Amino acid sequence: MSPPADDIATKESVPFVAAAGAAAPAEALSGAATGWLAGRHLLIAAAIVVAALMPFFFKSFVTFQLTQVMVYALAILGLNILTGFNGQFSLGHSAFYGIGAYTAAILMHDYDVGYVWTLPAAGAVCFAVGFLFGLPALRLQGLYLALATFALAIALPQILKFGPLEHWTGGVQGLFIDKPDPPFGLPIDSDQWLYYFTLIVLLLLFLAVRNLARSRTGRAIMAIRDHPIAAAAMGVNSSLYKTLTFGVSALYTGIAGALGAIVVQFVAPDSFSFLLSVSFLVGLIIGGIGSIPGCLVGGIFVLYVPNIAESISRGLAGAIYGIILLIIIFVMPSGAAGFVRLANAWLAGKWRPNPTARSTLGQPRR
Amino acid sequence: MELLLHQVMAGLATGGIYACMALAVVMIYQAIDHLNFAQGEMAMFSTFIAWQVMQWGQPYWVAFVAAVVLSFIGGVLIERVLFRPIHNAPVLSSLVAFIALFSILNSAAGYLWDYTIKTFPTPFGHKPLLAGLADTHEAGMIGVTLGLLGLLYLFFRGTRLGLAMRAAAANPESARLVGIRVGWMTALGWGMAASIGAVAGMLIAPVVFLEPNMMLGVLLYGFAGAVLGGLTSPGGAVLGGFAVGVIENVAGTFIPYVGRELKLTIALVLIVAVLMVRPSGLFGRSVVSRV
Repeated sequence: MSPPADDIATKESVPFVAAAGAAAPAEALSGAATGWLAGRHLLIAAAIVVAALMPFFFKSFVTFQLTQVMVYALAILGLNILTGFNGQFSLGHSAFYGIGAYTAAILMHDYDVGYVWTLPAAGAVCFAVGFLFGLPALRLQGLYLALATFALAIALPQILKFGPLEHWTGGVQGLFIDKPDPPFGLPIDSDQWLYYFTLIVLLLLFLAVRNLARSRTGRAIMAIRDHPIAAAAMGVNSSLYKTLTFGVSALYTGIAGALGAIVVQFVAPDSFSFLLSVSFLVGLIIGGIGSIPGCLVGGIFVLYVPNIAESISRGLAGAIYGIILLIIIFVMPSGAAGFVRLANAWLAGKWRPNPTARSTLGQPRR
Repeated sequence: MELLLHQVMAGLATGGIYACMALAVVMIYQAIDHLNFAQGEMAMFSTFIAWQVMQWGQPYWVAFVAAVVLSFIGGVLIERVLFRPIHNAPVLSSLVAFIALFSILNSAAGYLWDYTIKTFPTPFGHKPLLAGLADTHEAGMIGVTLGLLGLLYLFFRGTRLGLAMRAAAANPESARLVGIRVGWMTALGWGMAASIGAVAGMLIAPVVFLEPNMMLGVLLYGFAGAVLGGLTSPGGAVLGGFAVGVIENVAGTFIPYVGRELKLTIALVLIVAVLMVRPSGLFGRSVVSRV
């Protein structure tokens, strides 16, 4: 393939650029495009208003589920920072989620720390673990990195069950924690409060990621994904940014884990198995790799689709789940974000056949 | 010393299972350039087919051949129907297709044959060997794995078809230009991998017993063995599989205090440590890419 064609393919296949509308080429910022951007802001504002009103229209169980959707979305966003922005691959994010959850649970259970403060603590612990894990990961790529992170996912439940640590972790039984009450005497119940609390954390962290992606650091992170050698030649400190990305990614997933523990009020080693990592990965791909709003779609998928499959047929739930997955991948090979992008291009009359054929993302192949 | 010997032998015996699976994993990786996460479930399904044929009153070898042939056809069909349409999709999307296939096969097997544990016969018998350190089935399993490895080596190195398959996996564009039908080579690779998986499944089933979830642990260890040995080297994968079995057993026994509870963790940490030193596995070629 000739270099110019390759260049175009790279531009087109970076989902994040289109999703965040960040680095849209200058010439494209004509009237239509700015109108579209304004429309986008309106859309986001409308979504926030709808999200804020939802707990008043649904039963508390639905509110609880929606809270969990946001928690999963946040965990998937963490994975997205690593895979979508930096092109590294992880099967170990269930471990970061679990470490975050246990940090929150132990702090609340043993030390009576307020639930709000467990989030920064979980984030800090996970950042440290992720950063340290990023150091050996520097030498590994693709499937070899997948195995190393997989080891992390397998190890965590075993370590949590490990005898000498039972004093803190509660062993196989896990830990129960109390449900926080709404503050300032707000006239809502605790499920609704947890929903709003999670929503606020989610919005803040989404905003932070968007800003990160538009910053000098974010561009460096994405440059490493698109062409590591070229990025290094341009003076990007590849090792530093890769380990930092690992840390930040773990931080996000860890905060999600802490929120998850508070929402479910219970942690146990086997809820953080390797299968959770697979769920995150599936959610990430369904939502669209590199897309921030796509993470919410991923969260919805992770929470609801297994239930839907089970409600269709108990005996064949797994098969139906698989078939739904296959249909989605056949219809939208680059996830929901890619689908929306195609639809937008089609509406704008700029239809190009097969623009996502060559993704630069997540290349665990030779 | 005797304990060590015993543990090494026991490790080699379980390692034989992992080696078998690792070989199947590397085979399909070479043929299709993807790691097939549904490989274990495909092997499990094939083994159930053999079991079903035996339930219908056929002898072992009829069931064996039927399972291998049907698996080959099934593997080709899966490639043609499921993976051909998405071969242009991003790599991680095909990963989701593998997860979907995994889920479908596992659930379908549970539905058709339920989740009760079934015994599976072995043609080698279970007579003790080497003063009880191993038995004839384990020896037979290791023998078959090594035999398969030899046959595959001859096939890939010595035949035109093997060469064409390697070319199609390594460089599809160039392979197509010299007249290789890349699509069919991939389908053939799937068929072969499914057949090897079927053989692996039928060798493993007498040890771990037949049920829909029998392959999960085995596949994960097989995967670890394949990566340890190097994904580009079938021989390395077999050695890697044995190594994983031995490391797991010896570490579990000899590292005091933490060994027994954390033996899986220790095995994986050791593997990652090896990868630190040799990032492409023990016997894998490191990849050189053109800038």
